[in-house]
Amino acid sequence: MIKNVDNPALEIHDLTVSYDRKPVLWGVDLTVPEGSIAAIIGPNGAGKSTLIKSIMGLIDMSSGYNKIFGKDLNEVRQRVSYVPQKESVDWDFPASVLDIVMMGRYAAIGLFKRLRKADKEAALLALEQVGMLAFKERQISQLSGGQQQRVFLARALTQQADIYFMDEPFAGVDAATEKTIIQLLKKLASQGKTIIVVHHDLQSVTTYFDWVIMLNLRLVASGPTEEVFIPKLIEETYGGKLTLLTEVGELMKKEQFPAREK
Amino acid sequence: MKELIIDFFSFSNPNIRYVVFGSMLLAVSSAIVGCFTFLKKKALVGDVVSHAVLPGICLSFIISGTKDPFLLIIGAFITGWLSIVVMDYIIQHSKIKEDTATGLSLSVFFGIGILLLTYIQHSGNAAQSGLDSFLFGKAAALVGKDLLAFSLVAILILVVVFFFYKEFKLISFDPAFAQSLGIPVKRIELILSSITVMAVVTGIQAVGVVLMAAMLITPAAAARFWTDKLSIMILSAACIGALSGLAGAFISYAAPAMPTGPWIVMVVSLIALFSFFFAPKKGILIRILKQRKIKRRLLEENLLKSFYKIGEFHDDFELASSQVEITEMRRFTPTQLRKGLVRLRRQGFINKIDKRWSLTNEGYQKGQRVVRLHRLWELYLTKYLRIAPDHVHEDAENIEHIITPELEKKLEALLEYPEYDPHQTEIPYRD
Repeated sequence: MIKNVDNPALEIHDLTVSYDRKPVLWGVDLTVPEGSIAAIIGPNGAGKSTLIKSIMGLIDMSSGYNKIFGKDLNEVRQRVSYVPQKESVDWDFPASVLDIVMMGRYAAIGLFKRLRKADKEAALLALEQVGMLAFKERQISQLSGGQQQRVFLARALTQQADIYFMDEPFAGVDAATEKTIIQLLKKLASQGKTIIVVHHDLQSVTTYFDWVIMLNLRLVASGPTEEVFIPKLIEETYGGKLTLLTEVGELMKKEQFPAREK
Repeated sequence: MKELIIDFFSFSNPNIRYVVFGSMLLAVSSAIVGCFTFLKKKALVGDVVSHAVLPGICLSFIISGTKDPFLLIIGAFITGWLSIVVMDYIIQHSKIKEDTATGLSLSVFFGIGILLLTYIQHSGNAAQSGLDSFLFGKAAALVGKDLLAFSLVAILILVVVFFFYKEFKLISFDPAFAQSLGIPVKRIELILSSITVMAVVTGIQAVGVVLMAAMLITPAAAARFWTDKLSIMILSAACIGALSGLAGAFISYAAPAMPTGPWIVMVVSLIALFSFFFAPKKGILIRILKQRKIKRRLLEENLLKSFYKIGEFHDDFELASSQVEITEMRRFTPTQLRKGLVRLRRQGFINKIDKRWSLTNEGYQKGQRVVRLHRLWELYLTKYLRIAPDHVHEDAENIEHIITPELEKKLEALLEYPEYDPHQTEIPYRD
């Protein structure tokens, strides 16, 4: 069940991604409409983060392409924001909350240039939106998991993007943070922004998201929540890997076989 | 001694000038670059590069036939830089993991270097004498031309760090995010590794191949103990570097048999060691003191709790007890008991009359609070964590000391001011 839309915010076409020749995502083909809050769900190792990272150009894809607002990533970078998993960085880095949030402005400032007053104000505004203004001078190693996530979110907000890719923003956060984040995402969506989130908690899918992408090495389903988030497809997504597909993948790794004849 | 100091710090002797400023420049530039290497957790890169410059130095000597510092630096730079490229390539394109790739790159380059050095030494070229000083450094023999080369490199490094500060900071903290912003991460990493190699190449002439890694990483590691701000960390690392350079040069001047380079490293290591022990917040000493303070508090609160329980048992909270009676309620070692009682008395929580001790009103309140928290926590555990009543005591013994007044209020409200704990003992509240 893969539903496609016209003029999508995100279009992924025939995407295959491999690690060490072993495909971890096979031929993903989907579209996500503008203004939606979309969840990427699937079991561990299904390729959820991989999908986002390859969209952001952080991992090379073996085949396929993706378009954001109908264009290549490099043409629309200022409109795209990425929120990595909070575990991907070392929070013992010598920096304050404000320092980190202002990093969202680095692209807008440009190389060689110093931070401007406007950048600081954008950062303060973003901190206020995530309820972290009081912590602006706090050393980042002293933050809780939820606070770290809010800082990352604030950093993304300073980019004033039109599409946000978030890698597990709800993982390891407290209930208050989860509520703050979802309210913020809904507000962004109401302003026409598109939000694509790697998500783990199946219980909240129907209340949080209006679009669902279901992955398990391949795309199982993509479409409006009420149409695709149904027992049959959930079972297909979480019902174990396709054995034959996994075996072929292992074989490609063993033989160092290319994903495509080129 | 005084004469020696005046002699040294007047810098009237050009040799002293060269050695001092050369050492300081080297130490400062490697300390600044080292901050990023340290934060990127690439501490061993310095080691690899410092060993990998040797073949470059030898090759450029073989080709040019002279010991011109500029030519040697260029040769050193090329192979040093190549070692990073080789290392990264191995990590990315083979199954070999980072640690192995690091070791591999280091030993292969150094091996080739030693091979070439041995060849040169046996070639009979008279100009080669002193080339092996690259292995151990020769800070005490710096001359004007060296100093010029070092200054140029140091200035270059400073300028690059100044202009790329923001980008270096970002790629050290979160390279994936940097790439998502469209910042040319690969190119900036290349610039960072290039100035790292440059710092190593120049630093090596003062302290030698083996000690160079220390020059890169140690000032950063020491500075990290004192601050949580990157700009201040870099500044402190630079100051630590400068101080070590100066101190190393002075020590080797004051005691002529002493080598400059190793002393620079020695001083920098001592500063790092000092930071490790005495830095505020992060130092070992402050942590030990904190632990001691906690232990004291535990003892004091346990004593007050015992007094309260004795009072509870006899239904008389003004009762005075002997040391033996206190020990019967709860086991304290004689030293603990003696010290704890003295402290509590000094703090005004207990009174002493005729070798017997009794609670003051404040002591009564405090003891009662600990008992209350203990019993509340036991109840919380049985009620909310479904732990059996006979398993909750040990945990409560600990938690009773850490609960803050705010948490206490929450706990009371959550349990709805219960009258009895899981063992049907009454929970005391403030009157």
